[in-house]
Amino acid sequence: MSPLVQLAAEEAENPLLPPIPELVIGLIAFVIVFGFLAKKLLPNINKVLEERREAIEGGIEKAEAAQTEAQSVLEQYKAQLAEARHEAARLRQEAQEQGAALIAEMRAEGQRQREEIVAAGHAQIEADRKAAASALRQDVGKLATDLAGKLVGESLEDHARQSRVIDRFLDELEEKAEAAR
Amino acid sequence: MSADPSQTLAFDTSCHLFDGCGFPAPGLHSFLFKPLFGDADSNLYFNKTMLLALLGSIIIVGFFWAAFAKPKIVPGKLQLVAEAGYDFVRRGVVFETIGKKEGEKYVPLVVSLFFFVWMMNLWSIIPVAQFPVTAIIAYPAGLALVVYVLWVSLTFKRHGFVGAFKNFTGYDKTLGPVLPLSMTIEFFSNLLVRPFTHAVRLFANMFAGHTLLLLFTIASWYMLNGIGIAYSAVSFVMVIVMTAFELFIQAVQAYVFVLLTCSYIQGALAEHH
Repeated sequence: MSPLVQLAAEEAENPLLPPIPELVIGLIAFVIVFGFLAKKLLPNINKVLEERREAIEGGIEKAEAAQTEAQSVLEQYKAQLAEARHEAARLRQEAQEQGAALIAEMRAEGQRQREEIVAAGHAQIEADRKAAASALRQDVGKLATDLAGKLVGESLEDHARQSRVIDRFLDELEEKAEAAR
Repeated sequence: MSADPSQTLAFDTSCHLFDGCGFPAPGLHSFLFKPLFGDADSNLYFNKTMLLALLGSIIIVGFFWAAFAKPKIVPGKLQLVAEAGYDFVRRGVVFETIGKKEGEKYVPLVVSLFFFVWMMNLWSIIPVAQFPVTAIIAYPAGLALVVYVLWVSLTFKRHGFVGAFKNFTGYDKTLGPVLPLSMTIEFFSNLLVRPFTHAVRLFANMFAGHTLLLLFTIASWYMLNGIGIAYSAVSFVMVIVMTAFELFIQAVQAYVFVLLTCSYIQGALAEHH
């Protein structure tokens, strides 16, 4: 049977007069809702909302910390990079200086060796010249004596006199050479 | 208005226009229910509106239980919806009127009131039930009574006896000779009329809404005969339109009810001027 069946028309009921059973049941129904919500469910959700708020704020803080760290690491890297560049420049400079010093040293050494060689050469030449001169003096003296002996037809036995004559001759030659120079 | 005891509502009959029977207009009888158990003459009975009231409160508790029993920091869909409703009442109604500091204490009451009233209103358009529980004065009256008791006791607690009296009567020295008249009017308006209007505002809205829906529904069925079919179609369109409108009114009335509740509480807590 449909519940929307009209009740037997008694005296017209005033719709503004609350029937007590409905009032009681209505209050009970409301108290059920209020009890569950106020005692359990709303405190539950309030706790979670608070936790969520903290979680979000914590997340923001974490992100900020990460950002700061990234910034500091970046600066550290930049500093390291600058230092490395500086170091490289310094090394290059040093190498250049070392190279230049090395070249200069080598050049000086070369110079010294050249001078040594030249000096040795000069000394050798001088010694050779002296040996040649003394050999030549003897040979020229002998030749001249031989020649003079042949020319005069007699042997120049008197060694002492002979030697004196030759020396005088040679001295004269030298003087002539000096004068011609 | 027909009061013929043998008359039943149109959708219970095969009676149509041109069949020689009158239009079974909705009326006060549409809001009276035969008890499901018990006896209507005694005060021990159980009828449809009581069933809907209890069922409604179980639905609300069930919904919030499913949403908030094990709440997550990252909410699921249901929790999100429930949170939105909760937040709307908490911040949109309570904090807006009473303020965050003093209002927090009354949030559970106001949230319960809002969803309870809304659910009771919603029964109006839920198929099979199709009756707004709040269109029976007893339900809004019970809720208004709760608010009234809270409001009056809060006023006494906050201001003492004399302060409460001044609060109720809107005592203001600058009014001069009009003061006694003003105080009398304020006294009646606050202490006697206010709970009545608080309950009746909700009741009358739902009562009228249900009557309108009934009228067009019955008319759609009653005129379903001959040329009446055209009128029936128009009436049926009106049923759809009014149902949508009721859906809106139900939420608005629940909102108004809790908004007034908050403004009363706020008045009790406020320093009198």
